[in-house]
Amino acid sequence: MEPASRLEKILSSGHFAVTGELGPPKSADVRLLKQKAEALRNHLDSFNITDNQAAVVRASSIGIAAILINMGLEPNVQMTVRDRNRIALQSDVLGAVSFGCRNFLCLQGDHAGLGSEPQSKNVNDIDSVQLLQALKNMRDKGVFISGEKLDHPLPRIFIGAVANPFADPFAYRHIRLAKKIAAGAQFIQTQGIFDFERFERWMEKVREMGLHKKAYIMGGVIPIKSVSACRFMQNNIPGMLLPEELVDRIKGSQDKKKEGIRIAVETIQRLKETEGVAGVHIMAIGWEEAMLEIVESAGLYPRPSLD
Amino acid sequence: MIIGKRKPLAEIARMVEPFRKICILGCGTCAAVCLSGGEREAVETASALSILLQKKGKEVEITARTLLRQCEYEFIDEFAGTMPDCDVFLSLACGVGVQALTARLPQKIFLPGLNTTFMGYPLEQGVWTENCLGCGNCILDLTMGICPIARCAKSMLNGPCGGSQNGKCEINKDMDCAWHLIYERLANMGALDRMKAIQPPMDWSASHHGGPRTMIREDMRIGTGEQA
Repeated sequence: MEPASRLEKILSSGHFAVTGELGPPKSADVRLLKQKAEALRNHLDSFNITDNQAAVVRASSIGIAAILINMGLEPNVQMTVRDRNRIALQSDVLGAVSFGCRNFLCLQGDHAGLGSEPQSKNVNDIDSVQLLQALKNMRDKGVFISGEKLDHPLPRIFIGAVANPFADPFAYRHIRLAKKIAAGAQFIQTQGIFDFERFERWMEKVREMGLHKKAYIMGGVIPIKSVSACRFMQNNIPGMLLPEELVDRIKGSQDKKKEGIRIAVETIQRLKETEGVAGVHIMAIGWEEAMLEIVESAGLYPRPSLD
Repeated sequence: MIIGKRKPLAEIARMVEPFRKICILGCGTCAAVCLSGGEREAVETASALSILLQKKGKEVEITARTLLRQCEYEFIDEFAGTMPDCDVFLSLACGVGVQALTARLPQKIFLPGLNTTFMGYPLEQGVWTENCLGCGNCILDLTMGICPIARCAKSMLNGPCGGSQNGKCEINKDMDCAWHLIYERLANMGALDRMKAIQPPMDWSASHHGGPRTMIREDMRIGTGEQA
């Protein structure tokens, strides 16, 4: 079957894929975002556009995806179930597909209580697994959650999910992944990997169940530029495991930013050598320019040309 | 039972501002058991409010009374016969009590003295926890007695999110992750297979999202059931 997107094409042709995260602005001014996207044009296969990441109000993921499409870049639209009910979610998918979005990443979303509008109502009408299933059914069966039919078949879309090997209960994490794949996930982006030993143990289970053959697993990479960034992640990012040895390594380095990039590159090297890992997803929150050097130093540049 | 927390005295003082003769109404059932609005709390509130308002130089007459249940007409009717003469009632029952009183005695004003918080039970003396949202579609059989709708901060139906660590929820390190509890419960009962099944979206139309719910048992209605 014809791949739905550039990302699916890269992955299905066996190339090691590279996606990166681009956070929409806390305003309607997209000049800086466009500059960042332009700079990364040839370094990333697809751009994840976050959906009110960390429950902080920002420009909408789908709105920013439209800007990327106009620039000739490929968005990966992140969709959380935190802020929209099933009517809005399904409707937004149709709207996004109508102007060319093809990659969708389904997430639960950080709780609103952790974000910029802690008094808001958390929607959670459906959960992330059910959203995956809804997208799959819209595409494959032409039906909405209610069973009502779409008037026209949905073009092929590429459906993704997230996985966090660092959350608990650990013994359940690969089962949850299997569930997401059964629900419809075709590609998986993991939480940022710092604890490689734990990631490896998770991957062993993933391989045991053959899940890496049912979906493309992309390892999450977060470059860290300072000790305070480490502390912030340890204390504020849900489900993150950042070992103290790594903090010490940053602490003891002359050039902390360079060291952060070096660690990210080493992580990618290890991921490239890990059986069952099909690509990386780089989340350089607010430090997008780091992605240029990381992708190049990791030997992932230039990106394969598929045209 | 229904758990509630008495409103701060300053807020109560603002509510009763326009009135001179005030009666604090305790409720002898849930509000009494959760130590928020029973007879003792009604008397305490009356005395604390008197002191506060007198300090402000306000002339008030505050009394306290308690109904066994403010949420049933039977008890309200009994109370109506001996109702004290006052300008306003401050109910220390849950929101159900305030509304039942209002519906039965529409010529009177009943103010809420309690913030009704949740349905739950006491874990230990002085600690109460929420367990049920009254969603209208109980799935406690699937999870073997632990409700993810009420106890997971995201009301998830398909297992713990990525924010669950060390058995705790991402929004508060003191809060148990409901799905972690469910996982352990199912593991102990040899039913972990249940964690693999995909649960379909919840039918929220049976919950409050369908508007206020009414339950009718025709067989129990006087004049329409078998007794008729």
